[in-house]
Amino acid sequence: MRKIYLCVAALYLGIAASHAQTRPQPVKDTSNYEARKLRLDEINIISAYYHQDGNNSAVTGGIGSEKLTDFANTFDLQLSKYSLRGKKHTFSFELGIDHYTSASSDKIDPNTVSSASMRDTRVYPSLNWTASNDKTGNAFGLTASYSHEFDYQSFGGGLNLTRLSRDKNTQFDLKAQVFMDTWKVILPVELRPPGYGSGAEHEDRRPVDNRPRNSFSTSFSLSQVISQRLQVALIVEPSYQKGLLATEYQRVYFNSNFATGVGPTNNIFNERVESLPGSRYKLPIAVRLNYFLDDHFIVRAFYRYYTDNWGIRAHTAELEIPVKLTSFVSVSPYYRYNNQQGSRYFAPYGQHSPTETYYTSDYDLSTLTSNFVGANIRLAPPNGVFGWQRFNSLEIRAGHYTRSTGLNSNIVTLAMKFK
Amino acid sequence: MKKSPSMLLLLFSLYMAFGLTSCMSVKAYQKNRLNDSEMELAARKSQKFEQSFQLYREASSGANGGKSGGGCGCN
Repeated sequence: MRKIYLCVAALYLGIAASHAQTRPQPVKDTSNYEARKLRLDEINIISAYYHQDGNNSAVTGGIGSEKLTDFANTFDLQLSKYSLRGKKHTFSFELGIDHYTSASSDKIDPNTVSSASMRDTRVYPSLNWTASNDKTGNAFGLTASYSHEFDYQSFGGGLNLTRLSRDKNTQFDLKAQVFMDTWKVILPVELRPPGYGSGAEHEDRRPVDNRPRNSFSTSFSLSQVISQRLQVALIVEPSYQKGLLATEYQRVYFNSNFATGVGPTNNIFNERVESLPGSRYKLPIAVRLNYFLDDHFIVRAFYRYYTDNWGIRAHTAELEIPVKLTSFVSVSPYYRYNNQQGSRYFAPYGQHSPTETYYTSDYDLSTLTSNFVGANIRLAPPNGVFGWQRFNSLEIRAGHYTRSTGLNSNIVTLAMKFK
Repeated sequence: MKKSPSMLLLLFSLYMAFGLTSCMSVKAYQKNRLNDSEMELAARKSQKFEQSFQLYREASSGANGGKSGGGCGCN
């Protein structure tokens, strides 16, 4: 009998103890939203080192070194808060700083030790605000951006809109952007009219022209979940540019001699600055497809067709196969192929006719094919990278680029996400 | 009438856009694979700078998540 009493007492104490551990919580009324103060969601730091070399510099008319290095960095912060109505407000601030050195830009004025634009730093902050509804997934946002480098300044503004279907399998995104840019017109030293400055602010007080370049772009994107493993997106991004679209420190050499009427003593022959139309319409159409093959392999594919009113047509295809070594580590080899029919305004060194209105020897606008191959390594362990909980993920990406014109380049990128 | 390849591509894209909306409905609890970080239907953040140099070294741009304006890209 005593055993039974003891068992009942133990049972009672056990139940009482278990209730003591889980004190009943008041039931939360989910129909009313609670405002939440601004909270830091995410920090991304991305750094890349880029190096290229080739022998078709546009500054020297399609011949000469294209050696260039660029050290690029961006730092972005993402903060969010919830309003009393339950709307999520996300604020993204990004600061980008690029520093480059360019051998070809040094040829704008080869007589100086280092000419304007031989090395430069570009600083580009931007701010985005997006209000979204967690229930519906719909969102609306605004963006402001600024970019400054030695001879170029850009003010940007834009809006973004997201609409999701009720089952959240179809998503429509609209993005519209405007960039109002101003370009300080730096000319090759021998083609400067008398009294025209070099553009070097501190050493040369002589005036230089400032010309506008404005860009307007819209992006329409439709994403669709096809099955539990497959989703695709169709993106159409028409854009229009107006203003100074030629790079006027790039030289063009012609196929016959003529006096250009420029230079200190009007003694320049057979050479002008690049000339391109003052407007350009671009129409890229792209398809993105992601397929979850199995627990180890994913297929990420991208294709883009591009056309513009300068006569350029291009096909770009990209394939990346993320291989999941574990749930938190993946290696993704990738390959990108690009084939481009060049602009009707392009001709190599010494092949343009002086009767042409528009001319360039910039090989970026020539007929070419390019191959880009590399790999991306991603680490995202649940307890944080290197055991640091807030260090959410680390990506290292490296690629090698070859262009049929002889240009080669390499890029290494490091991307870190903190949460 | 002979249609240009770009027109055909545009028509195909529109067909895809409207055709795909009639696909099977996948429920939220069935999206564990689609929600995998590698399945994000956008360029990776780590691709940001390669897209920039490709924009400068090639004449085509846009529709890939890279920038489509602002900054000269003249080097």
